[in-house]
Amino acid sequence: MLGYYLELAVRSLKRSPGLTALMMLTIAFGVAASMTMHAVVRGLSADPMPGKSSQLFMPQIDSFGPGNRFHDEPPDALNYADAMALMHQHRALRQSAIYAISPSAMPTETSRNRSPILLDGYAVYGEFFPMLEVPFHYGHGWSAQDDAARSPVAVISDRLNRQVFGGGSSVGKTIDIDNRDYRIVGIIRDWNPQPRFFDVKGGYYSVEGPDVFLSFRHSVAIHMVNAGWDGCRKGTSDPQGDFVALQNSDCVWIAYMAELNDPAAARRYRQYLDDYASDQQKAGRFRWAPNNRLRDLPAFLDVEHLVPGNIRLSQLVAIGLLLVCLVNTMGLLLAKFLRSSSEIGIRRALGASRRAIHAQFLIEAAVIGIGGGVLGSLLTVVGVLCMGQVLSLAYADHAQIDTSLLTLTLLVAVIATLLAGVYPILRASHVPPAWHLKAP
Amino acid sequence: MTIHPILAALRRHKVAVLLIMLQIALTLAIVANATFIIGQHIQRMNRPTGADEKDLIRVLQQWPAAPAGDDAAAIEQLDALQRTDLATLRSLPDVQDVAASTSIPLLGGFTTGDITLHANQQGIAVHAAYYYGDQYLRRTLGLHLAAGRDFEANEIRHGRARADSPVIIVSQPVAAALFPNGNALGQTVYQDGEPSTIVGIVERLQIPGRSDSTWGYNSVLEPLRADDAYAGYVVRARPGHEQAAMREVREALFAINPMRLMPEPWAGIHSFAEIRERAYRPDRGMVLLMSVISAILMCVTAAGIVGLTSFWVSQRTRQIGVRRALGARRIDILRHFQIENLLIAGGGSAVGALFAVGLNAWLMTHVEMARLPTPCVALGVLVMLVLGQAAVLVPARRASRVPPVVATRSV
Repeated sequence: MLGYYLELAVRSLKRSPGLTALMMLTIAFGVAASMTMHAVVRGLSADPMPGKSSQLFMPQIDSFGPGNRFHDEPPDALNYADAMALMHQHRALRQSAIYAISPSAMPTETSRNRSPILLDGYAVYGEFFPMLEVPFHYGHGWSAQDDAARSPVAVISDRLNRQVFGGGSSVGKTIDIDNRDYRIVGIIRDWNPQPRFFDVKGGYYSVEGPDVFLSFRHSVAIHMVNAGWDGCRKGTSDPQGDFVALQNSDCVWIAYMAELNDPAAARRYRQYLDDYASDQQKAGRFRWAPNNRLRDLPAFLDVEHLVPGNIRLSQLVAIGLLLVCLVNTMGLLLAKFLRSSSEIGIRRALGASRRAIHAQFLIEAAVIGIGGGVLGSLLTVVGVLCMGQVLSLAYADHAQIDTSLLTLTLLVAVIATLLAGVYPILRASHVPPAWHLKAP
Repeated sequence: MTIHPILAALRRHKVAVLLIMLQIALTLAIVANATFIIGQHIQRMNRPTGADEKDLIRVLQQWPAAPAGDDAAAIEQLDALQRTDLATLRSLPDVQDVAASTSIPLLGGFTTGDITLHANQQGIAVHAAYYYGDQYLRRTLGLHLAAGRDFEANEIRHGRARADSPVIIVSQPVAAALFPNGNALGQTVYQDGEPSTIVGIVERLQIPGRSDSTWGYNSVLEPLRADDAYAGYVVRARPGHEQAAMREVREALFAINPMRLMPEPWAGIHSFAEIRERAYRPDRGMVLLMSVISAILMCVTAAGIVGLTSFWVSQRTRQIGVRRALGARRIDILRHFQIENLLIAGGGSAVGALFAVGLNAWLMTHVEMARLPTPCVALGVLVMLVLGQAAVLVPARRASRVPPVVATRSV
């Protein structure tokens, strides 16, 4: 029976090739626009640490006070004093204070680079690497002793390793960073989780991963300046390039991450943060009641709204386009099915049940949906490839074409067409059997 | 021609008519909002910066291993590097003028603060962006000095950037906001509590960001050569010698000191045209995206109208023949379908106008969006009516060519 309906559908569609092509194109454009934007948003809001993200927490301590809250939220990064207190008390399984640095790899007699290379890096504690499961090509991170001793140790990216040493295991070699010698302890594999959540405020999207990691305590000791957001409160004077003043200010420029591997640990840590804030209140440093947050990584990224408004707006508009395309297809299907009223009448008169008519037109709609879906998948591929022309590369790069996207495109197209077909099919099946047999 | 037979005919296709109306309404709602978004971005892209953008070049670089901290030795070391660069750039044959400044309209890191009338920061506070630069900055940017004077050489300080200069030049909007009576020149104002005298007013200077906030033109020139890990220069090439000047600047700077970093795209040597292009790239992207979506929408809707009207024409071929046999002219048949479409498109547009306002209100609460102006909706209605008429023309003409003899045939 299915084969017969399929044959009927194909024959019917062939009879009006213009209308068929129009319906397929309509579905294709509507689905492609939505799926292209879906691919972009999916790429941007993907979990940067699948499997681990629910164990990573970002403590927020209200160091600004009630007058400076936005939607009653505490600041989304820590100032130096609070970050150091939390590091010192060391209450999580693993934790790290983090700030962005931007030193240069200087040329030396033995290095391959003849001019300085500007680096994109972070000052972190040794626990950062196991906590974020940073993959190492050679070597490993540094120890707590290195942190305490403020050792000049460095973990560098594979890319920087190639630029400076020409690749290979450079563990134990010395690299000149801002005219100081650093001992390389590890070389990381291509690692660029997106967004760069370990930066302040949930980070940002980048095409390349970080080049270098240095020890936090060492970096502070040698006054390696903060290259990231300074997080100074509006209306306070900005310490600008003065790194010591920044440490003494209440500017929130340090990202902080804690690993807590079960809900009980998270609860205890939350209590600990509140106790800390209460102590600060008692000591007179905070003149307000504790107002802390402890969100896990997905919740934190959600609050930070990293997907740009323009992209979300475009996605909504694209969904609107799909909706219009569906209404259009519905109208065209109605016209198409009713055009074959006489055929339906004859089939009904010859004994076809309503259900048979339903099945026949459902299959016809499905054929249109599949056609539109295949066409739509092609257009989605084109759309995703063209996104680089429309969005900046840091955003466009995250739109990936994969089988799940194409399957979803096809599925959306078929389901949408079938939905659009429901009313036209019902109408068609209500054509009375004998009526069309009479001479007009 | 009366409306009655048209309404009677439409009543026989209630659902199809409603579908077309719904489609027109949705299309209108989306296209009106998309057009508004496009208009906003184009308007933003066309804003003047206040600078004479032709032949303007910006240099931004970073000193590797620059000293941090406030000690005098570090500051002097950084300043010496800058002064050497500035003197060299000034001597280049294709360079007309040069100034120290890390900021330039549209792009660049910048700091902001509040300018107040009183030391205790009470009363009027005007939010503004600071341009740190030397006495040549106004001239090099090509800003129009509306009142007052430029900075004198002895007023230029150097060091870490701090908004505490004793003299400042402000942009007209800052002057007007602080002194609505127009007597800003020579007055003392306070920057984060520090007093300074307004010695000059420039007509227009956009902040070093692409934001279109209410303070987008509130700029203050501070007579200070900022000594930092970053050093920036603004260069004016001799008219028409922009490319040559850019080449000379690059060669000269690296000849003085190869130990400098110009990581693209945010640093380097760029013409202002490139800076403008980069600053507005997201806007251009949005314009492109919204235009493509709107174009697809209108094509789909037009095609839908053509398709459905064609179906009606083929369904009514006999009736058309009868009308023709009874004396209706071709033009009457054509008019029938045109008026029918006008009614449908008119109804759809009326609903669509409401949808457009509703969609706008929804978008305003969910994503950043301004209120849709009425002319935008009116334009949308007009576009939908024209689109409907254009789309109906093909099937209506076909209908008008149905010969009267059809009436005598049995189908």
